[in-house]
Parts: sequence; structure tokens; C-alpha cells
Amino acid sequence: MAVERLLKDEATEEKGDRARMASFIGAMAIADLVKTTLGPKGMDKILQSTGRGHNVTVTNDGATILKSLHIDNPAAKVLVDISKVQDDEVGDGTTSVVVLAGELLREAEKLTMAKIHPMTIIAGYRMAAECARNALLQKAMDNKQDPEKFKSDLMKIAMTTLSSKILAQDKEYFAQLAVDAVMRLKGSTNLEAIQIIKKAGGSLKDSFLDEGFILDKKIGIGQPKRIENAKILVANTAMDTDKVKIYGARVRVDSMARVAQIERAEKEKMKEKVQKIIGHGINCFVNRQLIYNYPEELFADAGILAIEHADFDGIERLALVTGGEIASTFDNPESVKLGHCKLIEEIMIGEDKLIHFSGVEMGQACTIVLRGASSHMLDEAERSLHDALCVLSQTVNDSRVLLGGGWPEMVMAKEVDELARRTPGKRSHAIEAFSRALQSIPTIIADNAGLDSAELISQLRAEHHKETTNSGIDVISGGVGDMEKLGISESFKVKQAVLLSATEAAEMILRVDEIITCAPRKREDRM
Amino acid sequence: MALAFDEYGRPFIILKEQEQKSRLRGLDAQKANISAGRAVARILRTSLGPKGMDKMLQSPDGDVVITNDGATILEQMDVDNQIAKLMVELSRSQDYEIGDGTTGVVVMAGALLEQAEKLLERGIHPIRVAEGYEVASRIAVDHLERIAHKFDFSEANIEPLVQTCMTTLSSKIVNRCKRALAEIAVKAVLAVADLERKDVNLDLIKVEGKVGGKLEDTELIYGIVVDKDMSHPQMPKRIEDAKIAILTCPFEPPKPKTKHKVDIDTVEKFQTLREQEQKYFDDMVQKCKDVGATLVICQWGFDDEANHLLMHRNLPAVRWVGGVELELIAIATGGRIVPRFQELTPEKLGRAGLVREKSFGTTKDRMLYIEQCANSKAVTIFIRGGNKMMIEETKRSLHDALCVARNLIRNNSIVYGGGSAEISCSIAVEAAADRYPGVEQYAIRSFADALDSIPLALAENSGLQPIDTLTAVKSQQVKENNPYCGIDCNDVGTTDMQEQNVFETLIGKQQQILLATQVVKMILKIDDVIAPSEY
Repeated sequence: MAVERLLKDEATEEKGDRARMASFIGAMAIADLVKTTLGPKGMDKILQSTGRGHNVTVTNDGATILKSLHIDNPAAKVLVDISKVQDDEVGDGTTSVVVLAGELLREAEKLTMAKIHPMTIIAGYRMAAECARNALLQKAMDNKQDPEKFKSDLMKIAMTTLSSKILAQDKEYFAQLAVDAVMRLKGSTNLEAIQIIKKAGGSLKDSFLDEGFILDKKIGIGQPKRIENAKILVANTAMDTDKVKIYGARVRVDSMARVAQIERAEKEKMKEKVQKIIGHGINCFVNRQLIYNYPEELFADAGILAIEHADFDGIERLALVTGGEIASTFDNPESVKLGHCKLIEEIMIGEDKLIHFSGVEMGQACTIVLRGASSHMLDEAERSLHDALCVLSQTVNDSRVLLGGGWPEMVMAKEVDELARRTPGKRSHAIEAFSRALQSIPTIIADNAGLDSAELISQLRAEHHKETTNSGIDVISGGVGDMEKLGISESFKVKQAVLLSATEAAEMILRVDEIITCAPRKREDRM
Repeated sequence: MALAFDEYGRPFIILKEQEQKSRLRGLDAQKANISAGRAVARILRTSLGPKGMDKMLQSPDGDVVITNDGATILEQMDVDNQIAKLMVELSRSQDYEIGDGTTGVVVMAGALLEQAEKLLERGIHPIRVAEGYEVASRIAVDHLERIAHKFDFSEANIEPLVQTCMTTLSSKIVNRCKRALAEIAVKAVLAVADLERKDVNLDLIKVEGKVGGKLEDTELIYGIVVDKDMSHPQMPKRIEDAKIAILTCPFEPPKPKTKHKVDIDTVEKFQTLREQEQKYFDDMVQKCKDVGATLVICQWGFDDEANHLLMHRNLPAVRWVGGVELELIAIATGGRIVPRFQELTPEKLGRAGLVREKSFGTTKDRMLYIEQCANSKAVTIFIRGGNKMMIEETKRSLHDALCVARNLIRNNSIVYGGGSAEISCSIAVEAAADRYPGVEQYAIRSFADALDSIPLALAENSGLQPIDTLTAVKSQQVKENNPYCGIDCNDVGTTDMQEQNVFETLIGKQQQILLATQVVKMILKIDDVIAPSEY
């Protein structure tokens, strides 16, 4: 007797090989999608949003591309998720992780075709991943002791990261910028302290790092444009009308005269508040909320620079930089910590006026002003710089570095290959496949650069068979080169994260033998 | 689908709108039900055992769940068939009661149904089958009791507990580091266990996950981890010897429940109101300070002014902490949850040795760790992993492991896994069958066959020849009189589960057999299915 429908209508169920096929294909499609962006000669993608305005984004960043896609295939979603996590956790390598996972699954597909059970493949992959990690650990270099060398390591890493992005033209300049910014953080990974301001106009080369803090606001009319030895009060308080916060209170009046009285009282109250603020002995007041004309005028009278409507991040950062605290009550002027800076002035970038705080107490924070021809360009530049900053700040904590240009992959592949030869049983096929998947990364880098990948990889393999070698792909000259001399480095932490999460994701997808898709929730038709 | 007709051939109307309802009766109904139940079991069958596969489920909202846990699969499956829903319930009740073996129970029920179908075809009445099953299940449960082992553990010797948890975890994706996770689970359970009463309140174990890092970074924290940060960015990030005020009232002017209005009609009133307001905030903060609190944890939000005052008085605070977490914090720190500022007293404060904020990754995610609590009876397991699905699956797996550890503390009897217990029961039931006269004998034999289906599925999933393996193990059990022979799923080389250290809890196994039998009996007793037909 045939089973009646077990699941709800529209729900679908795929079993066994079909399910595995569906997830392999989905995952590989995603990997192929971002594959062409890998490496220094990788290409960019244009993404157009479906929202209003059809905003266009041009990017090379794997995580950004995948985030914007609407995907229905569940296996593909797993890959999108790992790329997102990679972005959150280490900031770079978002493309590599997806490509590696895709390649692992591609190899796994071949193995399942040869009737090897997925569990055997997983067992092999696990052994291989462990072995590859150990290989990386052995080869990682740590220059923490030697500040000079460490700094040059950082510089190299930043350049390598940037070389695949839009900033590749001026990578040296931006690498220097990023390294300087990160060095200022003194080991903290709090990237919030680095502010990036984008201003269209000028060329990328005009971007600069500023030691102080730049607030994208205008100075009120009639207030001083330049203050030396500023004492700053950073506040988060209502400066429009001070609402009565007691629940249920309302004003009820019976005559016009009364209205005037209340209004005067209100004004008095505001004036008192302003007086209290002025009583702190400040000459600059920054508020997160609006400042109405009346108090603004009062401030101007007192010769105080009042800045309204600074965004929340701006306020926090400003408090951080100037060493003041964010105040909301003003009754005890003596105990409120004020912020200090040497000079506040209005500066012009392009056509816009900005407020520049220089000579701040805490040296940690800084601002990077990006200039560029178009907003798309600026967005992409910001993403690229963000990647570089993330990698650098992670490297400052974990100072182990590796060479780049496909060198780590080849090192891992060699070790894994040797493991395969030692391992008896069907698992060795899977281990071999893992090594092939690792080698496909330099292959793709070479392919993207329009080089003869088969030739290059075989040369590389031969080079790596020698005991110590620094060979990798030199995309610029199109041959095999010494990565140490070329100064191409990568962070150990990024590579390790790529390796582990790609293996984890591949394992997860491999274990699946059934996909059940529930009926999509009915949405109200908004047409 | 008329039921009865009068002498002119017109149907009597018995059911409301009976023309529109579909109806299945008698043997047809039973067979349809059985095949639905088996279809559910078939889906789960491949997830059984250490080499079992996972299922990928896509929810109506497009979220992806990848899991190996029977209860979760069935819950997410969006089942429409009534009998299939019964199976879902079955797995859920195993989950609530025992926490582990949710897949096994469904596979068992499916096998029982399959056997029942054969008996029905031979013309045996369903009730007789049900009765036979009942008898057989009792034999099996008694037999389990006989072959069960008790083992001793103490806080110093947790090895047996860890081994049992490892058996549970070995079928999950996390088996890569099952040893570490099993140890975490056992330590967590022991930390909150009441060994005298032999009970464990699993609510005291909080499982928190954060993507990033790797599975090996998962850790057990003797304290609470809250996914929140300090309310003011400039508050201290590290507090030692914290005295914690746990509040469920907002730092805002009071809002009386009764409807009221405060009318302002004169300037004086306006001013007094203003002063009142300021005083409110001041009082609130002052009260917290007066009782000696060094950290305020609040369920609700803070007004900006209050926030600044707190900051000003050097009183760090955390806002928007969930109710459950608040309770856990209260339990862990030995504090009391205080609903009003007026009721705050020094005795009601909780104590913790260290409170610190920790940030993760490149985004500004921060978590608050409350450690070295006065009363460490609440612990947190903090899971790290490569992606969201991995974390979710790890949470589920750990839940299973926690339940197993709890069950062992309640009752320290174990049986051996790898299908050995089922095979042994099957032999016992088979032998007992001959002693029962009547039709039930057939049903009891069928029950024995159904018990074989679990080791069969295990062998099949492990890529072994199912029938060869099962018969070999069975004959070994009888020959050597050793009930601990099972399926060698991991290709270790021995079939003796005692050597392989594969344990399961006795109550888990017993419950599996009892629950499966009960549901099957229920399904067999249905002989009429009336459903509104589709339009």
C-alpha cells in the first residue's frame, strides 16, 4: 500500500545520492562563483540590489558577494555562513575558505562516484586536516621578539592582502597606512578606534592617516572656528526641550497668560542647564542629540563651540580619544571628567567642512580619510582596508606568519601526500583528494592571472620536494619565485581558520544523506 | 463513503458533511497507518549509530538545520500525516524523558509496525498482536535489568560517566573531539548535581554558543556567561569581588499601574516636578550604592540620565538581561532578585569573585563572564565552532550528553551498546515465546525479530553485511553466553562491547522499548480513520 503524503504540500524530500548530488552541486556552484576573485589578478563582481534604487556594489570581497546573494540551496547556505564567520573572526580569507570547501566537495564527489562511503571520506579528511595544520605550525615563523622584523612582517602581510583588492595600485602606501593605524592600537583588537571617513573626490593617493580625530559635522554659526587647549564635554542629553520623564505628566492650562508662564519656565530651565554645562569650564560641547537654536545661541554667547547630533559611534570614539566621559547630568561639575585636546579646528576635505581634533590625550585612536573617484570605489576601498586592518590586528596578537603565493598550500599538500602514502585502507584516497583540493588553490590563483597553471603547479611541486624552499607563484613575473624575497606573507591565523572551517563545512555537507525542504512560509503579496 | 443505507438505497447521514470526508476502515486503515509509521522510521534509520548520516532540513523561513538528532529531524519536518505525527510525539517524549535515543525509539517502533503488518496479513487480530507485544516488551525490559551492570563513580572517578557520554557523542558530527566534550558534559552535570537526592536540574547548565574559533575551544565555565555588555562604554571591564544587585525594575521614573494623570498648570508645579524627577534618579542610584553593590544587573533599560549617574558614581551596570539569565545569575551568585529599589538590602546582593567583559573576533561582540560565584551551582558551557549550523548541532549533541550523564546519576545502571542489548533481548524474548500458548506466541516472536532491526540498521550504516554480521554476533552471544557482543561499527576488531567501552544507560534502553511498544499498540488499535478529504 502506497504511503499517503507524509509531509505537507510543497515540502520536498530528497534522499541518498540525489540529496548528496544536490548539495555538492549547490556548494560547487557557490565556490565557482567566487573563484574568479581569488588572488592578485582576481576579477571583481558587480552586485545590484533588488531594493529601491537598485544600488550597485563593485567588490572583490568574498563575504560581501555571498552576503548579497539570495540562495535557495541549503548546502550553499552553509558555505555562505562559513564565509561570514571568517569575516567576523579574522576578516580576511573569505574567498579562500569558500573555494577550499568547494574544492574539497568536488574531490569528495569523485570519490563517492568511485563508491567510497562518505564516512570514509570524512575520516580521511579529518586526518589530512590535522596533518596539514601540523605542517603549518611547523613552518610558521614568529618574529615577535624582533620589533623591526615584526614590523616588516606586518607590512608584507598588509601588502599581500591589499594586492588582490582595488587598492593594489597603491598598496605600499595603504599598507603603510594600515600598519601605522594598527600599531597605534598597541595590541588591542578594537578596530572601532580606527575611524574611516570616506569623501568622494581626489584620487586614492590623496587618502591619509590622521593622528587625531575627525568628526563629520559643522561648527555652529557664530561660534569659534579654532580652539586651542580645548576642554571638551561629551554629552548625551536632550538639548531641545527637556521632556518631563515622569509618566502621565501633562500640561494643562486655562489661559494664554499661563502658557506664556510655562514657556518662560521651560526656557529658564534650559538656560539653567546651559549655565550648568558652561559651569564645567569648558570651551567645547559635543552632544549626541539635537541642540536647538536657543541653547546654541547661549553657547555661542559664552564662546563655546557646540556640536550637535554627533552619531553614537562618534560620541563613543570621541570620549575614548579625548579621555572624557559621556555625561548626561550636569550637577557636579567637579567630578565630571572632561576631555582634552590641543587643537580643534575646522578643516576642509574636498568641498566638505569637517571638525578636526588634534593632539588628543589617548594616542590609540586615529582616523583614516579615504579619497577616491566614486562612491563605489570608496566603498570597495573601505572594505579592502578593513580586511587589511583586521588581518593586521589579528597578527599583532598572534604574530606567527607564513609565506604567501600558494606556498602554504603546497607545504600542506606535500605533508598530506606523504600521510596518504603511509595510511593503509580506503581513507588514503580521501587524504590524497585533500591534497589535490589544497593544490587547486594555487592553480586557481595562476588561472586567474592567465598563467599556465598546469606547468606552474608541477614546477612548484618539484621545488617543494626539496627540503626547504620558499617557492610560490609569482603572479607578476608569471613564474615560480622565492616568496621570501618577493616579500609575500600571510597571517598564520587566517590560513589556519581557512583550513579548519573549510574542512568542517565540507564534513558537515558530506554527512548529509537527506534533504527535507519545508514549504516556504506564505508571504503576503506586496505587489 | 456511505455508512448505512435505508431500504430505498439512500444513505443515512451520520457524520456531519460525511460526503466530503474520506474514510478508511478495517485492515486498510491499519495498513495505511503502518506504512506511514514505517515511512517515518525509514527516514531516521540511516541516522542511527556512529556511522549514521545527517539530515539537512530547510525551514519555512529558509534557515538550514543540519542534524543527526531524531527528535530535531522530526520536529523540523513539517509532517502532515496523523500517524506520522504520533511518531514525532514518540520521539519527543523520549527526548523529554531521557534526552537520548530519540532515533532508536522511532526505528524500533517502525520495526515493530513492520512485523505487525506481516501478522495482520496472516489474519491475526490486531489486539492479539498488541497483547503479544506487551508481554514481549515486559520480558525484554526484565531481561535488560538482568544484563545491566551497576558501576560506581564518584567525583574523583568520572571515567565511567565520560565513557558513556562518549558513546552518545560518537554518533554526532562532534565526534572529532568527543573526549573533550564528554568531559565537559560530565563535569557540568557533576557541578550542579545533587548527589544525595540523585537529581540534577539541567536548567542550571546554560549552553551558550558563539560562531568563530574551533570546536576544540569549547570550554566549561564555572559561572555564567551573558551575551551583554556594560551599559556605558566607559565603565570598568573587570570587577573583582563583585557584589551584585539583581534588579527587575527599570532605572526610570516609576509608572504606577493605575491610570493617572499629573496635571501641570502652574510654574511652581512644573519646577517641583522637575526636581522630583532628578531626585528619583539620584535616589535610585544612591540606594544601590548604599547597600554596597559594585555591579548592577537589570532586566530593563536605563534612562540616559540614570546611566550617566551610574557611571559617575562608579557603579557598573548591565541592562536588558533576560529573565532566565537573571535567575541563573541569582542562583549562581546567591543573590536575590529584587523587584523594587526600596527592598534592596545588603543581604540580597549576590557575590562573584570576578566579572569581566571579553570581546571576540573583529566585530564588536562582547560577552560578560561572571565567575567564581559564591554558589557555583550554575555553570555555562561555551561552544565555539566554524559556523552557525555547527554550533546548533553541537548544542543538541551536548544536550544529549548532559541528559545521559544526568540519567546515570539518577540510576547508575548501564547496558552495553552497539546493539548488544537488543540482540540479547531478542534471544531472551525468542526463548520465552515458546512458553506462551496461543496466538500471542507469534506476536512475541515477531517482537524478537523487530529487536534485531536495530543492530541490523547499525551494521548497515557502518557498511557491514547486515545479515552476516548479525547472525555471527547472535551465535557468538549464545555460544559464549556473553550478552555483551555487539556490532563492531568502528572496525576495532572485537565484538565485545565491554572491551570497546560502549555503554548506554539502562533507563534509556528500557524507556525506548516501552515507549515504542506503547505507540505501536496505539496505532494497531486504530481501525477507522476519518479525515476531511481535500477539496
